Amino acid sequence: MAEPTLPIIEIRNVTKTFQLQGQTIHALKDASLSIRKGEFVTLIGASGCGKSTLLRIIAGFEKPSEGEALMWGKPISEPEPQRGMVFQDYALFPWLSVRDNIAFGPTSRGVPKAQARDTVERFVDMVGLGRFADAYPHQLSGGMRQRVAIARVLANDAEVVLMDEPFGALDAMTRERLQEELLDIWARTNLTVVFVTHAIEEAIFLADRVVVMTPGPGRIESDNPMALARPRDIASPEFNDIRRALSGKLHSHHGKKAA
Amino acid sequence: MALADTPQQRLADMRAPSPWLARLKPIGLALIVPGLLLIFWHVATARRWTRLIPTPYETAEYMVDFVFGGIYNDAFSATAHIHLLASMSRVYGGFGLAMLAALPLGLLIGRIPLARLTLDPFFQLMRPIPVTAWLPLSMILFGLGARSAFALVFLGAFFPILLNTIFGVKNVDPKLFEAASMLGCKGNAQFFRVVLPAALPSIFTGLRLGLGLAWFVIVVGEMTGVPQGLGAVIMDGRTLSRTELVICGMIIIGVAGFISDRIVVAIGNRLLRWSPNHHG
Ligand SMILES: Nc1ncnc2c1ncn2[C@@H]1O[C@H](COP(=O)(O)OP(=O)(O)OP(=O)(O)O)[C@@H](O)[C@H]1O
Ligand SMILES: [Mg+2]
Repeated sequence: MAEPTLPIIEIRNVTKTFQLQGQTIHALKDASLSIRKGEFVTLIGASGCGKSTLLRIIAGFEKPSEGEALMWGKPISEPEPQRGMVFQDYALFPWLSVRDNIAFGPTSRGVPKAQARDTVERFVDMVGLGRFADAYPHQLSGGMRQRVAIARVLANDAEVVLMDEPFGALDAMTRERLQEELLDIWARTNLTVVFVTHAIEEAIFLADRVVVMTPGPGRIESDNPMALARPRDIASPEFNDIRRALSGKLHSHHGKKAA
Repeated sequence: MALADTPQQRLADMRAPSPWLARLKPIGLALIVPGLLLIFWHVATARRWTRLIPTPYETAEYMVDFVFGGIYNDAFSATAHIHLLASMSRVYGGFGLAMLAALPLGLLIGRIPLARLTLDPFFQLMRPIPVTAWLPLSMILFGLGARSAFALVFLGAFFPILLNTIFGVKNVDPKLFEAASMLGCKGNAQFFRVVLPAALPSIFTGLRLGLGLAWFVIVVGEMTGVPQGLGAVIMDGRTLSRTELVICGMIIIGVAGFISDRIVVAIGNRLLRWSPNHHG
């Protein structure tokens, strides 16, 4: 019998150090985390606690200094289409139209033209950009750009979507819309999402599990399953209780540091 | 847009700024300074402030003769096209050759550290030498004549193209490489799908500067004893004390350089529609 509980992503005792002007910076220290297929995990923590570093290790952009990062039990050695990244500043190809940005992955992987075209149209529609399919990124709003970035990894058959503060640069209303759309897409597909954010509410609203990280050196402080039923109501008392508890975990650390 | 047919229509056209007017406005504004200069030129020559320069009218007459002939019927009548073509062939020939050499070199130096370490210091050392300083050496190497002019144009166009290509290739946003590699585009494939398109605005700036410099240098290049070419015409005009010839040569170079720049800009605007900050 195959292992039934093999996690899609597993981080085992990962430490990551950077050399910066002769100093050794512990961006991550002994972090362990395992994520099952279909889970929506948010990473939250103060600035500099290693959230982006952890995400970039999962993506394959960085290698752990110690420990290992696995996908389906195999070491992650380089960026791959199964793990799509959505950057905070979009990182769209400015010379490609919305449609061609979304087609970039499939055509790079040599997907047959006709099939690629169908896929692209499907995801252009999924993120509601039909009218803007021929526009260039600089002609779009921030929210629209981020939709393209999401469609771009989905059209490329990503199993895991890694998002580094994807909605951080957007206004509150656009942010809420995109959160709901993202949950909608996630519920309809079999995606696994790892989502970095600064905002506690966003983390609770989206996640099956909220992972709290603390800085200096970057550690995983706690892993908090969210039992709240979806769709979640930010104004409900239950939501508030969780927010208060998480907020305590985030800030307790600052107290310790100051002492 | 059709002209107004009814009085009402005509009235409306007068009030609302018509698209015609909107289009003519920049042209009108652009003509103010040349117009003033022309008036000044006219006044200065008509009042005999200087006797060394012909009036605008005489110059215009001479220009007609230079282009079409039939007025003075001297050695220069109806020869403008010959000189223009001679200069253009050197400008575009030298520019084309510079492009063929500078583009691959620029891509190489910008992308491959070994190439950068070997070639970049050399080019940085050569770059500050003004093109005109090469004139004597190029006359020694290539002799008096067209080849020397060609060589100077090549040198003039080479450096702007090279430097801007290097700059464009080196300054690709690193995020775009990460985006490409997580989408499955890796290694050498990134060169055509990421580096080249990302560097295109810079490369275009280089081509535009290079072509401008080619027109700039051609006059100097053609002063080295070539029989034909606008630079040669200007030099001949000076030796023969025919100032109108000098001015006609200058005007033709100016106009030809301007048109050639507009063409490059038009191509650039079309190819770089996607770029928010590239509109020449
Ligand atoms: N390439 C690098 N070189 C040197 N130090 C780095 C590098 N990348 C990250 N670091 C350091 O590692 C630490 C963690 O950085 P990281 O970007 O992961 O934090 P973060 O939690 O994402 O912060 P933020 O919320 O501000 O984005 C920081 O102290 C940072 O200076
Ligand atoms: Mg970060």
